[in-house]
Amino acid sequence: MIKKTGQYGGARAEILRRVRAAVAGAPPVTVPRDYHFTRPDIDLVELFIERLTDYKARVHRGEEAIATCLDGVSRLAVPAGIPRRWLSAYQGQVLTEPLTTETLDTVDAVLTGCALAIAETGTLVLDAGPDQGTRALTLIPDHHICVVRREQIVGGVPEAVRRLNPTRPLTWISGPSATSDIELNRVEGVHGPRRLDVVLVE
Amino acid sequence: MNPPNPLIGTRPFPEAAATELRNPQLRANLTHATHTIRNKRSRVVGEVPDWEQLRETGRAIKADVLRRLPELLEQFEAAATAAGATVHWARDAAEACALIARIIHATGHREVVKVKSMATQEIGLNEALEAEGIAAYETDLAELIVQLADDTPSHILVPAIHYNRSQIRDIFLRRMSDVDPSLSDQPAELAEAARKHLRRRFLNAKVAISGANFAIAETGTLVVVESEGNGRMCLTLPETLISVVGIEKILPTFNDLEVFLQLLPRSSTGERMNPYTSMWTGVTPGDGPQNVHIVLIDNGRTATLADEVGRQALACIRCSACLNVCPVYERTGGHAYGSVYPGPIGAILSPQLTGVARNSSLPFASSLCGACYDVCPVKINIPEVLVHLRQEYVNDKRDQTSAERAAMRALAWVMRDSRRWSTALRAARTGGGVLASVLRRPRVRHMPWPLSAWTSSRDAPLPAQETFREWWARRERNGGEER
Ligand code: SF4
Repeated sequence: MIKKTGQYGGARAEILRRVRAAVAGAPPVTVPRDYHFTRPDIDLVELFIERLTDYKARVHRGEEAIATCLDGVSRLAVPAGIPRRWLSAYQGQVLTEPLTTETLDTVDAVLTGCALAIAETGTLVLDAGPDQGTRALTLIPDHHICVVRREQIVGGVPEAVRRLNPTRPLTWISGPSATSDIELNRVEGVHGPRRLDVVLVE
Repeated sequence: MNPPNPLIGTRPFPEAAATELRNPQLRANLTHATHTIRNKRSRVVGEVPDWEQLRETGRAIKADVLRRLPELLEQFEAAATAAGATVHWARDAAEACALIARIIHATGHREVVKVKSMATQEIGLNEALEAEGIAAYETDLAELIVQLADDTPSHILVPAIHYNRSQIRDIFLRRMSDVDPSLSDQPAELAEAARKHLRRRFLNAKVAISGANFAIAETGTLVVVESEGNGRMCLTLPETLISVVGIEKILPTFNDLEVFLQLLPRSSTGERMNPYTSMWTGVTPGDGPQNVHIVLIDNGRTATLADEVGRQALACIRCSACLNVCPVYERTGGHAYGSVYPGPIGAILSPQLTGVARNSSLPFASSLCGACYDVCPVKINIPEVLVHLRQEYVNDKRDQTSAERAAMRALAWVMRDSRRWSTALRAARTGGGVLASVLRRPRVRHMPWPLSAWTSSRDAPLPAQETFREWWARRERNGGEER
């Protein structure tokens, strides 16, 4: 059922009628698909690290590095479904979702996994899975620590898009939040987390 | 009195341009900014081996969308509705604004946070909401600067491109009540001031308004591409989200994003990927806004769609690459165009959305150098549309000479094909022919040739020894360096 909206119900019919009239008789279009779907043999991990570093994200290797990232963090927010061993060495307070916006505003950091990562663009993609939590969780805290498993890294954007489920809320993250609005100078850290740590694990 | 139309300037382009040209600070800011972005762009585009294939696919997908728009719009509406969104339609700006005000009134709130959106600027939404007693707060840093300064944006992507750091500091000191008076003009400090200023507002926001870069027909998904995280804040924290989407923003399938998410960031900010991209499909229980509205707007798009040559302007993904390479934009800035859509794309889009008769100087706001066509990620032939619109304007005038009409027709034919165009430009440069004279001098008597406003600051009028296209191609080959 399509909801019509009150007094403007006529707009839908009229716009569709205008669109139909405007494109009547336009010839069919063939869409070529000869761009690259995969990237040639390259070391995805090395490329991913290089691209992340370019964005001023910090990159670490091995699960032990999680503890290093958590150094100085006394209140940590986590989604309900992260592997508990990620926290085995952590001494501080752990707050598990669901968490209110107000509570999230008081934590020092958030620790999550991801749905996949794109080497070529240095991108992390979150899909609100159990080890990633809601979108607010990774937005409000000023420090995001994201754990990426080696097999989650794909080469380029087409491989990523084809693996994702569009019905889930998706957040693509490429480096810490940034602005270039002042004289085109990139400034890391505006509203999203200003510090991004990526931990690569096997 | 009617409120001013955000697509029409109060003065014709040449007149407005002449004023802007007298502002040396503006020109210095613009030159620095446009050159910085275009160098970045050419670096990251250069590293994509299949860039030309991606552009061609991008162009074809958009052409296919326009041809199949009726069915795709209905498909989008059905999918978004099934996912829990309410879809509305608006024929024009007034209808869209009234509809949005009604949705906001129904929530009982009187404040909204906004993500930068060209569509909402095009319909003059902030002003319309203000008249309804609703305060709309821009949250993109540049939009915030512009809003605090009571100014209008001058660039699609970096709306405050005309301000330098010390001007921005002065605006903050004057207009932000919570700012530290010792604020310096360091970009990092200015960004921090904006973060503090907006933080409470984000955390307490109940209603947000966004645009969308893409709307996926197959799934009902909307996509917003951004940098600062203000988009994520608006799209995630409020209870109600209203997204204003031009009917041409549709893409058929989710997989089509694999093309556009490569083309857009590299063309716009010159990054491999922008910091944040959000995609949502209707309502997700327990995550993000639970009251989700989508307003599909026409506002002149169907009229544009009806023009076989002009309709390609609707393929625009608002990357702003064409602004950054345009020798005219670089000198006049965005305000001279008088429309929320400035630069080469504005010169073809604004007059079509309003009707050429109401915006007749804009198709002349170009030297037809073709640089915009070369960088456009969806291959919109902007020079071709410009000539087409000029011809339309000339045909409307009774007192033109038949020679002018013939010249415009010849030019239109030449520009319909990029190879013909390059050859003709080369021929014109070396001398004779009808085209040379057409390219060199004003061809519409009653329209002051806009270039006359800045010939004083140009080395030579086009066509010069080398066309801009050739110069650009050589420069791109040299990795963005002038040699
Ligand atoms: S016309 Fe092309 S280059 Fe200009 S803003 Fe639109 S997509 Fe970008």
